[in-house]
Amino acid sequence: MEAFLHQVFSGLATGGVYASLALALVMIYQSTNHINFAQGEMAMFSTYLAWAMIHAGLPYWWAFALTVAVSFVAGVAIERVIIRPVESAPVLSVVTVFIALLVIFNSVAGWIYSYTIKTFPSPFPEQPLFGNRFISSHELGVIGVTLVMLAVLYAFFRFTPLGLAMRAAAQNAASARLAGIRVGWMLALGWGLAAAVGAVAGMLIAPLVYLEPNMMSGVLLYAFAAALVGGIDNPFGAVLGGFLVGVLENVIGAYVIGTELKLTVALVLIVGVLLVRPTGLFGRVFVTRV
Amino acid sequence: MGASDRKGRAGATAWKVAGLAVLLCAAAALPFLVSNYRVFQFNMVLVYAIVLLGLNILTGYNGQISLGHGAFYAIGAYAAAILMDRYGWPYWVTPAVGGALCFVFGFLFGLPALRLRGHYLALATFALAVAMPQILKYKHIEQWTGGVQGIVIIKPDAPFGLKLTPDQWLYLFTLAIVVVMFAVAWNLLRGRTGRAIVAIRDHPMAAEAMGVNIALYKSVTFGVSALYTGVAGALGAVVVQFVAPDSFAPGLSINFLVGIVIGGVASISGAVYGALFIQFVPNFADQISKAAPWAIYGAFLLAFVYLMPGGVAGFVRLAWMRLRRTGSATSTAPQGAAIQDRRTT
Amino acid sequence: MKRLAMGMLGLAACLAMQAAVAQKKYGPGVTDTEIKLGQTMPYSGPASAYGAIGKAELAYFQMVNEHGGVNGRKINLISLDDGYSPPRTVEQVRKLVEEEQVLALFQTLGTPTNTAIHKYINAKKVPHLFLATGATKWGDPADFPWTIGFQPSYQAEAQIYARYLLKNKPSAKIAVLYQNDDYGKDYLKGLKDGLGDKVGMIVAEASYEVSDPTVDSQVVTLQASGADVMFTIATPKFAAQSIRKVYDIGWKPLHFVNNVASSVGAVLTPAGLDKSTGLITALYLKDPVDPQWDKDPGVKRWHAFMKKYMPEANVADFNFIYGYAAAELMVGVLKACGDDLTRENLMKQATSLKDVALDVALPGIKYTTSASDYFLMEQLQLARFDGKRWVLFGDVIGK
Repeated sequence: MEAFLHQVFSGLATGGVYASLALALVMIYQSTNHINFAQGEMAMFSTYLAWAMIHAGLPYWWAFALTVAVSFVAGVAIERVIIRPVESAPVLSVVTVFIALLVIFNSVAGWIYSYTIKTFPSPFPEQPLFGNRFISSHELGVIGVTLVMLAVLYAFFRFTPLGLAMRAAAQNAASARLAGIRVGWMLALGWGLAAAVGAVAGMLIAPLVYLEPNMMSGVLLYAFAAALVGGIDNPFGAVLGGFLVGVLENVIGAYVIGTELKLTVALVLIVGVLLVRPTGLFGRVFVTRV
Repeated sequence: MGASDRKGRAGATAWKVAGLAVLLCAAAALPFLVSNYRVFQFNMVLVYAIVLLGLNILTGYNGQISLGHGAFYAIGAYAAAILMDRYGWPYWVTPAVGGALCFVFGFLFGLPALRLRGHYLALATFALAVAMPQILKYKHIEQWTGGVQGIVIIKPDAPFGLKLTPDQWLYLFTLAIVVVMFAVAWNLLRGRTGRAIVAIRDHPMAAEAMGVNIALYKSVTFGVSALYTGVAGALGAVVVQFVAPDSFAPGLSINFLVGIVIGGVASISGAVYGALFIQFVPNFADQISKAAPWAIYGAFLLAFVYLMPGGVAGFVRLAWMRLRRTGSATSTAPQGAAIQDRRTT
Repeated sequence: MKRLAMGMLGLAACLAMQAAVAQKKYGPGVTDTEIKLGQTMPYSGPASAYGAIGKAELAYFQMVNEHGGVNGRKINLISLDDGYSPPRTVEQVRKLVEEEQVLALFQTLGTPTNTAIHKYINAKKVPHLFLATGATKWGDPADFPWTIGFQPSYQAEAQIYARYLLKNKPSAKIAVLYQNDDYGKDYLKGLKDGLGDKVGMIVAEASYEVSDPTVDSQVVTLQASGADVMFTIATPKFAAQSIRKVYDIGWKPLHFVNNVASSVGAVLTPAGLDKSTGLITALYLKDPVDPQWDKDPGVKRWHAFMKKYMPEANVADFNFIYGYAAAELMVGVLKACGDDLTRENLMKQATSLKDVALDVALPGIKYTTSASDYFLMEQLQLARFDGKRWVLFGDVIGK
């Protein structure tokens, strides 16, 4: 029983990691209707920026805040400069641009910072909470911060005029434009927000998996799965999906099929969920108007 | 609708046929003009061209995005390798077997995929690509797949006592299959079936109202697309003489998708341009920079998407039209009316 | 006086030239001024961390060339990217052999990638030297006389651990964490072979994929098996995760990490030096970050090399030591060839090494090969981590 609990907690901890990146994915989807394949690599690059700042002697929280700010600006800039030209292009062209961004960020990070793993500091205490052996303070911190981000973003999109404008711009650009919303800037803002959320996710994930240029490739995969299971247009769903995938993966690996096929089985289950609910557990059902 | 316009169109078709014939002759002559290593490279281009054509039928014409075609390519390749290595089958049957096997897998995968749209379908297929290497490594099928070590295949010699190197022969063998596959695809896509496939992409409801069985069409399209990929996979295995799980990493599927976008979505000739891109540009990027070859590759991707939004095929089409227009405008000025006419049709 | 000396030197050079001309024999890729070698490396893609090896070797040859090259010839290493994808390896190697006409391949990296070209390169009779992979199949002179490996085979290393356990802890219950590919499985096989009929000592195995974000779940599973010996057979990142997790969950097994994951700078420091205390591994190269080698002349030469030719590089990266060792060995073999730079002679020299010592190899480890024995490095020494450095113990094991 203790081992089982241990697996579940360990799954929740990695689930928190998936959830935090899935949140960034949902962010871009909500504001631009695209799935950003480069999200993980952008988050990785932001984390390297934070690492460089800390290395240069900046205190953790200063580096944290600066990185989030810089990432936000960089996200806006990427949308304005790189995504803008293909804004009205077919979805496949946009996907190709995302793939291009992915390989560029990955390669440049390796070139500048090399491929050796680096430690990234955690803001949370070294000792586990209440002396438990199931989950470390940092892992609890990841879950906590993800939930806080979720609440803030939910409130932002739900209750602030800017958040409403962003959603309107994504869902119906033409009508939004008629209502006086500057759609182009809303998209850029969405990118900025996603990059900022991604930066936070990166800085939370790096202490667990170590900082290196490929650190996000695995996480991104599971974050995709999380977002899909939960519903790519629903932040709550995505976060819940993250925890679900994390726990599921551990339990399957430890008790059902063994580690050699656990990724495969986890993916089959996710596709299975999608077949029953094609827009995810909590996704909006599409109604097509003729 | 002037008579001259009809004549012009017939002329264009004649031009196209002539151009195609020249191209084909050039392709057939190629292995005798360049070194064996280059023949090998162009052989891979032909193999990729078949994959991209298959993917284009599904993604370009039918609008179902697949990020999992590397998995079908792997199935075709392993089918060939296992049949040749374990059961001693001749290499020339393997593309047919690989294709048939993939048709079945593709059709079966296409059935549930009917329920998924857009991004969900893309990511479900990507899951297939991600899972494939792990499945190939699985210990209980190791006796056939060779597990992590993969399977080494022996390269076939030219038959009938032909005085060709194995590379030249394999290239010509692949070229023949390419011609058949392209001819079939062309026939399929320009007729009733093709119109139905495209209609499902653009106006699913209208298509259904016209009596198109969407579910059947979509899953058969998935099967056909996988079939093309399986044929190519088998050929690729014979050409490379080796299969291993590492040859079919998820990046391969992404590369295929990149290939059709760069070549030209929903275009038959685009498959060839895309294949040239995914074969040659990575090497070119490596020559420019050892430190960050992927960054160079990414920059090329961006440049192509920005400069040729319709892919290389779209670019060529535009350039060709412009050339013809200026050509006919200068040489046969009195026919200006015909040009006007064409615009209104 | 000066002029006379110059004249004498000129005369000597002339004589030497004539002597050389008399016995000069060149294979493809060799001229009076150049020796062309080729290799493939994963400069892009998921294995790009190993690209550092190729960079170190390029830098080493640059150093050799600046000091006059090998017998007056400059080494030109053509290092191509294969992204760790076997089809691309085939393509790039054909380019090297057929277009560039290299004399030999040197340190092509990866097991699947080298497997893909194994047959081809032997059919072409091109020396396939010092492969950067530890699979066991590279020492097969009867079937593949043109292929010779470099590092100790994974299986040989695993057998050393097995022997140690059988002798010192025969009642051990063993748990194994391994990477689910040829690398991990080769080790696992070596360990099982080494245990022989005591293979039942292994009570739990768990694999991970390179795409897994963490190995936490696997470590938890292994702990639950009740094992008191843990093997981590992993690449640096996952080894660091495993070492840390084993410590964090309060599990205190006798913990072995494989040589690939033994770097103090790149694995143990990120995992936490206190958490790494008590680890056991087997070594054959000196760890440059380890203070015990600070005064070692070989390591000093390596530091000087790094400072001058790779000033930007991270000295904690073990790949730089590895690449340096391989390049040093290659230059030694080329020197031994003299002016008979044919493929046959190169292979002959590479397979008749006798007691060769390298700057960065552990003291007491010497390399010997023969026409019937292609296993270059089978010597390793066990070491235990004391919180600061690897403390070698026992004898150098292996042939």
